Amino acid sequence: MLLQVENIHKRYGTAEVLKGVSLNVVAGQSKVIMGPSGTGKSTLLRCINHLTPPDQGRVLVEGVEITSANLNKMREKLAFVFQDFNLFTHLRAVDNVAVGPRKIRGMNKVAARDLAMRELERVGMVERAEAYPAELSGGQQQRVSIARALAMEPKVILFDEPTSALDPELTGEVVAVMKQLASDGMTMLVVSHEIGFARQAADEIIFMDGGHILEQGPPEQLFASPQHERTRQFLSRIGEGGAGA
Amino acid sequence: MSEFLEFGAEHLPYILEGLPITLGLWALAMAIGALFGLLLAWARLYGNKLIYGAATAYVEIFRGTPMLVQMLFIYLGLPEIGIVFDPFTAAVIAIGLNTSAYQAEYFRGAIRSIPRGQLQAARAMGMSQFQGLRWIILPQALRRVIPQWSNEAILELKYTSIAYAIGVSELTARAEKIGYETFMFFEVFMLLALIYIVLTGTVAQILQFLEKRTAIPGL
Ligand SMILES: Nc1ncnc2c1ncn2[C@@H]1O[C@H](COP(=O)(O)OP(=O)(O)OP(=O)(O)O)[C@@H](O)[C@H]1O
Ligand SMILES: [Mg+2]
Repeated sequence: MLLQVENIHKRYGTAEVLKGVSLNVVAGQSKVIMGPSGTGKSTLLRCINHLTPPDQGRVLVEGVEITSANLNKMREKLAFVFQDFNLFTHLRAVDNVAVGPRKIRGMNKVAARDLAMRELERVGMVERAEAYPAELSGGQQQRVSIARALAMEPKVILFDEPTSALDPELTGEVVAVMKQLASDGMTMLVVSHEIGFARQAADEIIFMDGGHILEQGPPEQLFASPQHERTRQFLSRIGEGGAGA
Repeated sequence: MSEFLEFGAEHLPYILEGLPITLGLWALAMAIGALFGLLLAWARLYGNKLIYGAATAYVEIFRGTPMLVQMLFIYLGLPEIGIVFDPFTAAVIAIGLNTSAYQAEYFRGAIRSIPRGQLQAARAMGMSQFQGLRWIILPQALRRVIPQWSNEAILELKYTSIAYAIGVSELTARAEKIGYETFMFFEVFMLLALIYIVLTGTVAQILQFLEKRTAIPGL
């Protein structure tokens, strides 16, 4: 088991946002988390890499609890792709990708740049390697941020709604990159309502509601015959009819 | 007018011997101010209660009292408890500590203006808090602070003149001396004002150039 998430609880003030969430991801799998707004999907991802420390529960990567030793070292294995990209404003695309290998992994300048160019190649951004983030479209920025994640050679990439800040015509290029990663065997845990990605690239869909995992299963099964009314309602709202529609 | 030029030609060389002192005072004080200012900004943003409290008190004290009083205290007050500085050093310390309190607030504001997601992305990659500040936040904050820092630098360049009160032989002290020797106070202070205008104008130009050179789209 590459990623084990066990019984995560998180509360903000009196509101319990995560009420004991557990899930596992096998190496090479892609799982997609869906669910209504405010259900705790982002909080779960942030708890997994301890950007937000959970109140309770454990996260293990390759069997090692991520808080057991150096958290920064463990985070290198868990890349995070943000909804609003968070590219480093002062760095050109290539340097956004190279900064981690250089400053965290201790690579020399030339090696880090070579690696960065290879990762930009993978996301189709080599031509814009010298551009600053402000000079790129949203879709391009997100592809650079995926390259930045890849350059850390992580075990798992966590995606928090990678396409939802994009204009509809720009989501396709990002989804295409993510599909390619999935078929290359990258292990991915993706919060997203992109049906195309979920259907074609996900091994499993996890449906969350009210701080719980309500149900999970392979996409064809979950989309065709959801067990819970809540899931059915949600799927029909995001345009995926399920059995009802 | 020709009289003024003649006066200038005669006394300018003597006054300008104070130029390296004025510039030295200024450069050293600004360097101390930048270093301490960054530390204070860090303390006020990321320090625990004690560190935050100490840094805040420091900033309030230095911003709430006149720089001349601070300078006199350091030069005349501290010797009473056995800490003695020569006038130049006392002036550098006073101006440096004073400007550090202002610079701290500018640095703090600039750091806070960088969106939170930047540090989060750095931490999520595996950078320590220090690495995130060093490689991601500071390079952005320092660029953003240049306009305010330039104002502060120009202000402090003019403030070096109060070092004359503790006997530092900088531009103002030398001009005043000429004044008493010639009793041509009008001319000598006009000349002095001209010197300061050229200095501040030059510094402003250099810093503006630096701002343009380091500008990055979107920052
Ligand atoms: N830092 C915080 N402080 C207080 N409450 C928070 C904080 N972060 C999230 N919450 C609350 O926790 C709940 C879950 O938020 P979260 O962002 O995890 O939901 P989500 O499932 O990602 O929703 P969305 O689909 O809108 O992104 C929400 O009610 C939110 O208001
Ligand atoms: Mg969210």
